[in-house]
Amino acid sequence: MAESKSKREWREKVYDPGVKRNPERQPHFETEAGIPQEPVYTPEDLTQSDYTRDDGFPGEYPYTRGIQPTMYRGRTWTMRQYAGFSTAEESNRRYKFLLGQGQTGLSVAFDLPTQTGYDSDDPMALGEVGKVGVPIASLRDMETLFDGIALDKVSTSMTINATASILMCLYAAVGKKQGVGLDKLDGTIQNDILKEYIARGTYIYPARPSMRLVTDVFKFCSKNMPRWNTISISGYHMREAGCTAAQELAFTLGDGIEYVQNAVNVGLDVDSFAGNLSFFFASHNNLLEEVAKFRAARRMWAKIMRERFKAQNPRSWTLRFHTQTAGVTLTAQQSDNNVIRCTVQALAAVLGGTQSLHVNSRDEALALPTEQSVQISLRTQQILANESGVADVVDPLGGSYYVETLTNELEKKAFEYIRRIDDMGGALAALEQGFQQREIQDAAYKHQMLVEQKKRIIVGVNQYQTVEPPVAGIMRINQEAARQQIAKLQDVRKKRDSSKAQQVLKQLDAVARSNENTVPIIMECVEAYCTMGEIAGTLRKVFGEARHLATV
Amino acid sequence: MTQPRDNIRVLVAKPGLDGHDRGAKVVARALRDSGMEVIYTGIRQTPHMIVSAAIQEDVDVVGLSILSGAHMELVPPIMDALKQQGAEDMLVILGGIIPEEDRPQLQKMGVVGVFGPGTSTQDIAEFIRKEVRKRREKQPA
Repeated sequence: MAESKSKREWREKVYDPGVKRNPERQPHFETEAGIPQEPVYTPEDLTQSDYTRDDGFPGEYPYTRGIQPTMYRGRTWTMRQYAGFSTAEESNRRYKFLLGQGQTGLSVAFDLPTQTGYDSDDPMALGEVGKVGVPIASLRDMETLFDGIALDKVSTSMTINATASILMCLYAAVGKKQGVGLDKLDGTIQNDILKEYIARGTYIYPARPSMRLVTDVFKFCSKNMPRWNTISISGYHMREAGCTAAQELAFTLGDGIEYVQNAVNVGLDVDSFAGNLSFFFASHNNLLEEVAKFRAARRMWAKIMRERFKAQNPRSWTLRFHTQTAGVTLTAQQSDNNVIRCTVQALAAVLGGTQSLHVNSRDEALALPTEQSVQISLRTQQILANESGVADVVDPLGGSYYVETLTNELEKKAFEYIRRIDDMGGALAALEQGFQQREIQDAAYKHQMLVEQKKRIIVGVNQYQTVEPPVAGIMRINQEAARQQIAKLQDVRKKRDSSKAQQVLKQLDAVARSNENTVPIIMECVEAYCTMGEIAGTLRKVFGEARHLATV
Repeated sequence: MTQPRDNIRVLVAKPGLDGHDRGAKVVARALRDSGMEVIYTGIRQTPHMIVSAAIQEDVDVVGLSILSGAHMELVPPIMDALKQQGAEDMLVILGGIIPEEDRPQLQKMGVVGVFGPGTSTQDIAEFIRKEVRKRREKQPA
């Protein structure tokens, strides 16, 4: 039998006649990002590639294979389950439980009033206190949240944006009380306001003053908090809102470019802050497309930082990222199946070289996860780290004809988007025109229609359905928690030195109106037990509020 | 009374502080594509803002989307305000993360339909048409 000498020859002689006899199960294969899928990939697909230029070695430019030489052979990724609910007391208990189960870092979820700068007893906070996260209205709550947790021994990630610098100062104030200096604090604030306007919605002020608050943090930390990640530039929420893997890459790195450009514009040296930038991506079900996405992200950011911004320090070129499995893929139907989805997605993140990981829980399409469900999520990570073998070799899929091709294709698509965003004047100008929002909405709508037409199969939702009783034992937040929180806040207002509080708030007002950095005075405000609503409210008065852009 | 009309007007609204509006937007667009007139309020609307918009726009249906777990606190003031404004004939439906055990109480408040994750937009459109027809048959136009 004659053996094929090229892919083309193989297609003509072997593959096409075969398909004629036995048609494939669909006329056309492509990924969600719209990349056509050939039946097989070979060295011929990589003839334009150059190993040392495009892949390189782990820990070396362009970091496609990983940002450290040893990756998980040294230390496995940080297992960081996102948690927070009810009250600071309850959340503190959950953190201690997770740390006791072998979790290696903390990740704090805040409730919506904390995220949008309202006190727990503000009328705007109606019904929301303690629901999607922990309420933090003053330093008293923060002290409770980290009670018995040594801030020099743990790293903490906080999902907080419009009020990010306030929460960073609260954390620093707790550190100070524990005797841990600013230079010893290890953690991350999300502080990514651009994606709030694009997809997540917890912005407060208009974009321009919000960007100043972000840059103030960069400036402050470059001098005072060398180990602190000043931002976690996030694709996660845009992906959750509906965009594809290629769009996630483009919009995230596009936002990254905007932040770097802004900081450079106000006179910061790029290498003084770039090493403290971090990223956050989603991991979805298409295992290999996701692995390729993470690889492409590293290579793209390295090029952007080195070629576009002329950063000199190799650390500035490296894209360090957190990953969370995709909440939007969880189904309320047959919810135990979500354990399998989460495992596939977590595997993609690990094969993609993530620095830290959150694995969602099976019951999260219904409510916040129970302790038992979270334990399964943590065990999923521990099984991948200790039993699967994938942590023993760096970038084990590197060199796969398919994964390398996908990496190239995603990079190409994402850079095309970034060029369009550049042409619009950057990520901020583009979102003000509604560009990213429209792209995301269109992709979300397309996905929904494909599911309804059964062109995209979701197990248990549009195929393989079963009749099932409602899931028992989901978590509920009781209203008593909100009442306790409000009583505690009112007690803080009563007991603090109120003239001191008023005095520093006045100073904050003045600093906000000037060009001075806002972080030091916010630090004084939190230490004087000024409340979230007072601090954010002062800035609201100075900066105004963002308009809600609603387009459908 | 206004002219009888075939058209169904829908207000899709996001009460509370929750910013997750993928679902609200997908539903709004699907209802529009199915021939209804749809107004989307945008996020972070107070109960008062939602009821004023519903009355100003003279809608048949108010579709609320809540994913933060605040529904048991946010729905009652909306239902009360609709009643106070004499708009209790508006069809109120709710989508989002709503535990099964809350549904009877929500129905008692006057919420006619509750739609959770995985619902097909066609099912929502059909439900609205059926319910609006029922109401219009009851009322002399």
